Amino acid sequence: MTNSHVIKAGYEKLGFWERNKLSGGYLLQKKVSEKAVSIIRFILLFGMCFMILQPILNKISVSFMTEKDLYNPIVVSIPEHFTTGNYRLAAELMSYSQAVMNSLIISLTIAALQIAVCTLVGYGFARFDFPLKKFWFAMVILVILIPPQTIASSLHLHFRFFDILGIFKLITGETINLRGSKLPYYLMSAGCMGLKNGLYIYMIRQYFRNIPGDLEEAAYVDGCGTLKTFIRIMLPQAKPILTSCFLFAFVWQWTDGFYSRMFLGNTKLVSTALSRIVDSLGAYIQRINGVKTTISVAYSNCILSTGTLMIVMPLIVLYLFAQRAFVESISSTGIKM
Amino acid sequence: MRKAFDMSKQKNKLAGLQKRKAISGYLFISPFIIGFLVFMVKPLFESFYMSFCNVNLSAGNVTKTLAGFTNYVFAFRVDPEYNRLLWEEMSRMMVYSLAIIVFSFFVALILNQKFKGRALVRAIFFLPVILSSGVIVGIESNNELMASLAQTIEQSSSGISVTAALESILRTAGVGVRAYEKVFEVIDNIYDVALASGIQIIIFLSGLQTISSSMYEAADIEGCTKWESLWKITFPMISSLFLVNWIYTVVDFCMRSDNAVIEKIQKVMIDQQQYGNASAMSWIYFFLVLAFVGVTSFFISKRVYYYD
Repeated sequence: MTNSHVIKAGYEKLGFWERNKLSGGYLLQKKVSEKAVSIIRFILLFGMCFMILQPILNKISVSFMTEKDLYNPIVVSIPEHFTTGNYRLAAELMSYSQAVMNSLIISLTIAALQIAVCTLVGYGFARFDFPLKKFWFAMVILVILIPPQTIASSLHLHFRFFDILGIFKLITGETINLRGSKLPYYLMSAGCMGLKNGLYIYMIRQYFRNIPGDLEEAAYVDGCGTLKTFIRIMLPQAKPILTSCFLFAFVWQWTDGFYSRMFLGNTKLVSTALSRIVDSLGAYIQRINGVKTTISVAYSNCILSTGTLMIVMPLIVLYLFAQRAFVESISSTGIKM
Repeated sequence: MRKAFDMSKQKNKLAGLQKRKAISGYLFISPFIIGFLVFMVKPLFESFYMSFCNVNLSAGNVTKTLAGFTNYVFAFRVDPEYNRLLWEEMSRMMVYSLAIIVFSFFVALILNQKFKGRALVRAIFFLPVILSSGVIVGIESNNELMASLAQTIEQSSSGISVTAALESILRTAGVGVRAYEKVFEVIDNIYDVALASGIQIIIFLSGLQTISSSMYEAADIEGCTKWESLWKITFPMISSLFLVNWIYTVVDFCMRSDNAVIEKIQKVMIDQQQYGNASAMSWIYFFLVLAFVGVTSFFISKRVYYYD
């Protein structure tokens, strides 16, 4: 015991090269390989991170360029004629402030509604035994798997001639045309059939399953009802997963094009405005010039990048603040299938 | 006698409790059931039915006339694009899903090591999950300015591209040219792969962190190299995550908005108003994807090892 201590202390006093000699060259080898690994790792990661960030950086630099700079081969990333005109034009084309307000309201309400419902369902799947549970859960998986485009055509018609069991037809003699109103999408969200809702159910269920059931049982023994237990005991524990699901729902709703075009076509949203920005640029220039002119690819892409940047910016800010919530809850859910 | 009575009472009570639990369980999942029946089952059947019909939309009325398999025949034999798009998209899905899984596993392995700035790198790799969703994906790939820029760069620096040089060397060697082509295609599009693998990286990473380090230590003492312990410890321990990630990747891939088949379906449905044809096309696509997911995950699940 003391002997080994002495040896250790002796080793520590020695310099690196003596220790290396004692180990038969092993120490140097180890040090060199460690350094090499960390250098290679740094190069790899730096390259990959740059690859991911480069388009954003590129967009930022392009968005400040005037049209002249776009054609100037000398200008690569730092604009010669600095301008914020692109932002003003893009904001006008997308009617930015209005679109952001609309998107904000819709994304927030939809996300809140979806997560509230999905939490109930996820909790039901995680904690209760009931007949046909496996079947219904298989249906949840099916909902995740079915691309919404498969049922798009009939949903289209479903809401064009909307009716609940023929009640409206009986009363007014006509079905209701819900196309273009927001109601269908809220109804679908309340029924867990919105954007990626199956995934949220799955994630929330996984999370609840990993919480030990002792607390709940204690609450039941003390005479707490099912609903009360759920609200008072289980919900506070599930805060992390709920926040991250909410964030996901918000972000994905913000950028979603499919459901927005399908059900919210009449409302001005950032996602639909962005996908139309090139066309509206054409219309805008035609209105100014009075004649139909073709816009150069470079300029329309410049405006497109500016528009993308303006839409993505709120999300980046959100991500900077809530990075932890986004990443960590996923790690806690995907572990067991 | 009394004991038996107690027993039966207890049994009754137990059954009552179970019944109550079942009822409240159903109450909890009732939103899903209602939503599923109204917004999924009905449209699903309708769209399935529509795929066998001629659908006419005129003056606010839908008329459906049964037409047998004409829509399916149309999709496969008359439509000039559909076959090609379907085949291209399926093969692309296969190649890319594999690439995404390999890439994300590799990145997760690197990120699992300890080094400075790990949190930052993790945050950057996760960024695409937020930024490249929905409409932004399509815009990203349609960005002609970027494409033309890349082309001019390639032309001005002809032959400097590493992958092109490697490709030409391997081509002259003349082994498995088609396989190499696929590999190089993926490497050239590594950006797309990196964009699509944010969630997979996090899932793998969380799995890697649950493996206790004592296992590696034991293996190390027994004289196991890093390479061996990767295959003998890491791989089996997180094999179940391969299944999760595989399914997620495939599903995510076939729902992307820049998917050529989906674009085609939407064009047929919204621009040309041919609901019947569009339904048939989407059902074909859906069945193919489902079959693909089913078969592949069956084979993967056979190899999965569950620790507990």
